[in-house]
Amino acid sequence: MNAMDSSFKIQAQDVSFYYGNTQALENISLDVQTNHVTALIGPSGCGKSTFLRILNRMNDIIPGIRVEGKIVLDGVDIYDRNADIVEIRRRVGMVFQKPNPFPKTIFNNIAYGLQINGYKNRSDVHMRVEQSLKDAALWDEVKDRLDDSALGLSGGQQQRLCIARALAIEPEVVLMDEPASALDPIATQKIEDLIIKLKEKYTIIIVTHNMQQAARVSDITAFFYLGKLIEVDKTEKIFTNPKLKQTEDYITGRFG
Amino acid sequence: MTFARRLKESIAVNTIRFSALFLALIMAIIILFLAVNGIGAISWDFLTQSPREAMTKGGIFPAILGTFYLTAGAIIVAFPLGVATAIFLQEYALEGRIVRIIRFGVNNLAGVPSVVFGLFGLAVFVVFMKFGSSILSGSLTLAFLILPVLIGAAEEALKSVPQTYREASLALGATKWQTISRVVLPAALPGMLTGSILGIGRAAGETAPIMFTAAAFFTTKLPKSIFDEVMALPYHIYVLATAGTHIEQTRPIQYGTALVLIILVLGLNGLAIIIRTRIRRRQHR
Repeated sequence: MNAMDSSFKIQAQDVSFYYGNTQALENISLDVQTNHVTALIGPSGCGKSTFLRILNRMNDIIPGIRVEGKIVLDGVDIYDRNADIVEIRRRVGMVFQKPNPFPKTIFNNIAYGLQINGYKNRSDVHMRVEQSLKDAALWDEVKDRLDDSALGLSGGQQQRLCIARALAIEPEVVLMDEPASALDPIATQKIEDLIIKLKEKYTIIIVTHNMQQAARVSDITAFFYLGKLIEVDKTEKIFTNPKLKQTEDYITGRFG
Repeated sequence: MTFARRLKESIAVNTIRFSALFLALIMAIIILFLAVNGIGAISWDFLTQSPREAMTKGGIFPAILGTFYLTAGAIIVAFPLGVATAIFLQEYALEGRIVRIIRFGVNNLAGVPSVVFGLFGLAVFVVFMKFGSSILSGSLTLAFLILPVLIGAAEEALKSVPQTYREASLALGATKWQTISRVVLPAALPGMLTGSILGIGRAAGETAPIMFTAAAFFTTKLPKSIFDEVMALPYHIYVLATAGTHIEQTRPIQYGTALVLIILVLGLNGLAIIIRTRIRRRQHR
């Protein structure tokens, strides 16, 4: 590893991905910078969500998949034979497209992640639940009803709860798969503000269909098309002066 | 809409509605029939006393207790076994030869006549394992009888747990077992209990499986341990209706016993429903 690499949290090196015999990703190489927001954009079916789910080995639960190439997290290949998948997923958190709180209380939704990761001390768990709810800008709305079901929250609140749940176990990277696509504009605004705030502590990779959203929240934007990484650059560059015509056509809405 | 389409719609809806109503009607007739014929036999003594005078008088308390023990025993054995099998099939096993063999076994188990279970129980539990004719042998035999029902229900319950719950848990660094035991199972439990309701009804009502393995023709002794023989309601009805010397004379007792059996099954079902509702409510709070 050379000195340059320390500014990269994750490096994808020549990654290809197959569902059975169907190739979904082709030779993707992408470096993700520490404490930056990287947006993955592209039309439906371009492979951006698949790529995201490679980064915490979430695709492993699907039978018949195959990954080629390397995903290097802090210098270590997460697809190495000896890699600890459970530990990788603790370090690389994930927020899903549809809010998916557990059918548990608000408190237990967050405490769950702590408990399975070995936090036994009750006051410690309490403290961390409170802290992560504050980090997710949800504390003031739920502090008086922590023992109510999480399913009673609004969609936007549920998604922030899911973010809090992911943050509670102190991941280093947070993957977000279209986290605001099921939410109204006000809830979306809150999530976006949150993402910008969170990059101080975390490295964030977000998949989005919303061009404005990518432009608003991200530092780096990667454009995927038909399973290939077409162009990656600073977000302002991609949105003002992309190198390739294909990228320009997509972000200006001429196809996609 | 054309007239023909409207007519088809109306025929279809009404046929379906009639089928559903018809079923409810049959159920109501059975219960009404038993109630009308059996209610006269039921009294406090009938429910709390042992049979007397060659089972033509007295009560059926030993049989009520026996059926309760046998059914509870069957569920206690079959529920964990069924849930474990369902978890293996749904959550762990990849579709392949082993899963096909297990499914083949389970499906065939469901098709085995109940008297065959009785003979199996006799050979294995009563004779080979030397449990004798006892609550233990009868419960184990009934447990195998209801196992396919419980496995099926537990599998359906697991399937209905959204995949997103599993993903959310795994993404937090949970192991597969942590995910299953702490997220999937609690969410699936109400559905699994519904399956056990079906099992309860089946276990309580069967005669053939307990005939050789647990049921006594007549005993006034109440069981003191799981190695004791018991009377049981379905077998008692069978005995009174076929083997007694006073078949006509004991008709009211037969109906009364059948009524008690139905009420007991409905009561056990009700209990399972209450437990299920409680669990659901607790989860959603």
